[in-house]
Amino acid sequence: MEIVLAAGIGVFAASGVWLMLRPRTFQVVLGLSLLSYAVNLFIFSMGRLTVGAPPVLGKGAEVVSVDDPVPQALVLTALVIGFALTALFLVVLLAARGVTGNDHVDGREPHHAEPTPENPHP
Amino acid sequence: MNAPVMSATVTSSWPDHLVVLPIVLPIAAAGAMFLMDERRRTLKAAVSLVTVLVMLAVAILLLGRVGEAPEVYRLGNWAAPYGIVLVADRLSALMLALAGTLGLAALVFSFARWGQAGPRFHGLFLLLLMGVNGAFLTGDVFNLFVFFEVMLAASYGLVLHGSGETRIRAGLGYIAVNLVASLFFLVGVSLIYGTMGTLNMADLARRLASPPAEIALFEAGCAVLGIAFLIKCSAWPLGFWLPTTYSAASAPAAAILAILSKVGIYVVLRLSLLLFGAGSAQGFGQSWILATGLATIAFGTLGILAARELTRAAGYGVMISSGTVLAALGTGNQGALSGALYYLLGSTFAAAALFLLAEILQRGRDPADAAQPVFADEYSDPFDDADSTEIGRAIPAAVAIIGGGFLLCTLMLAGIPPLSGFVGKLAMFTGLASGAMTASAWGLIAALTLSSLFTLIPLVRLGIFSLWVPHDDPPPVLRAPEFAALAILLSACIALAVWGGPALSYAEATVRWLSQPHDYVRAVLDGAAAPGAGS
Repeated sequence: MEIVLAAGIGVFAASGVWLMLRPRTFQVVLGLSLLSYAVNLFIFSMGRLTVGAPPVLGKGAEVVSVDDPVPQALVLTALVIGFALTALFLVVLLAARGVTGNDHVDGREPHHAEPTPENPHP
Repeated sequence: MNAPVMSATVTSSWPDHLVVLPIVLPIAAAGAMFLMDERRRTLKAAVSLVTVLVMLAVAILLLGRVGEAPEVYRLGNWAAPYGIVLVADRLSALMLALAGTLGLAALVFSFARWGQAGPRFHGLFLLLLMGVNGAFLTGDVFNLFVFFEVMLAASYGLVLHGSGETRIRAGLGYIAVNLVASLFFLVGVSLIYGTMGTLNMADLARRLASPPAEIALFEAGCAVLGIAFLIKCSAWPLGFWLPTTYSAASAPAAAILAILSKVGIYVVLRLSLLLFGAGSAQGFGQSWILATGLATIAFGTLGILAARELTRAAGYGVMISSGTVLAALGTGNQGALSGALYYLLGSTFAAAALFLLAEILQRGRDPADAAQPVFADEYSDPFDDADSTEIGRAIPAAVAIIGGGFLLCTLMLAGIPPLSGFVGKLAMFTGLASGAMTASAWGLIAALTLSSLFTLIPLVRLGIFSLWVPHDDPPPVLRAPEFAALAILLSACIALAVWGGPALSYAEATVRWLSQPHDYVRAVLDGAAAPGAGS
């Protein structure tokens, strides 16, 4: 189980970083989302991995092992905040798309464009 | 404090609830803001003003109350490591007062023009202050994350306030950088929880007294957490976003954003002195903080030399002031740190005042910038309103006031006598000279001296360009709220110099208190607040 989770976090994080460094704003948003999945899984795994262990104990329960409920609470908070901020980022992305007319992160295309009448030697 | 005592003193103990006011008050007012109609500007402005004034009053009351012992406020009356606590000690109270003063000035400034330049300014502004105050008060690392996110979410809105292509492009980068910083924050927090099993700052410090099993992993977690805060305080090489964002933001937003980098500084100060001041991880990361601080001063100085606009210069001024405090912390010298704390107050006021002055001076030279709407159906022209086209009452001798204010800001940022920028630097030099003169101490003295000179040159140059304008250019118009905002910030600068003695001794006492983390731990975990009161 540990190796699967670790590999999952690794794949999410690697794809997230790669996408985040791409030049299009939508790729950046997707990259940030993937990275936050990786981070949320990481927080979750910090409570140690257990199977079938209850996080909250009732009275007189006979349990062999318990799960730590704190990382689960933390990951819930982090998920909500991350979701809200991704939505906000999407709004700014759309605004940038509307104002600059393209979806490059710099707000303009890089300089290997074809010559135009105004700019014959790009 | 046990339960019977609490119930007996319920009626007379209202000052005990002062600590929670800086958080509850702005969020309640911000909630009310979103319910009010956007057109009731006077009401909104009045509510914001009252809220910020009360916040400032509470901060000043707390400054007086926490001199002897910190105030620990248990939310829901849950005992410390299990529940979340708010802790107001000398440093928190000082930062609250800084945030309150800066907030008041920025808010008053926005009454002139910017408060009407788009919807929901006051709500976002109050939410930002709530996040900042919460970050200063909380005693729990994950709660700190939540307050950080509140503050950042509000700041994203404020950076975009007034709209326009420059702001949206700068905002895009700012949001992306800070989302990544938040992810670092989460990784750091979860590593600390995974290794130590607690997130309460005092509990962390207590458990560090004996070396934990996975100290290397814990230190790695703290380093990752540190990256998040260093991005926030725009330390080199993590702070390239700051000048672009701050110079793109509208003037009152930029002035209040100047406190955001100080939140990063505050957390670095708090956590490194509490967790690494003593115990098994003593001195962790100190040399890195010193190196980062020196590099930030160097980069900020080069940046301010290259700046061609006043707002960019002010942004680099914020960077230099962050770097100074980081480097002073890195030397581990108490005298230098108390000087740096004093310098932090003055330089923040001066940088914020410079943002406001820059707006007054550059207004009208790029009128197209503020007129671009985000969404076509929302606001066609931010200033297209009957009551905002009326020209404010111009203060006579506006040019003299603006010029004088500019001079004060320059003296403060460059650290030239007789203002508090100089006193702060002198206090740092004295502190360093009284300790062992190591290479790092010489390095910091050299960096601070050079940064003084290289701050003076570009500010004088920019001042000549913007103040000595030909006669046929229209003179800058200064409206009454703008004058009041400048007066608040500049008189705070002057007051810091006039009452330099008490202010410096407060800073010294703060650093003495911070360097004894045992007292903090005892106060939070045992409720035995006074030093030496036993556990």
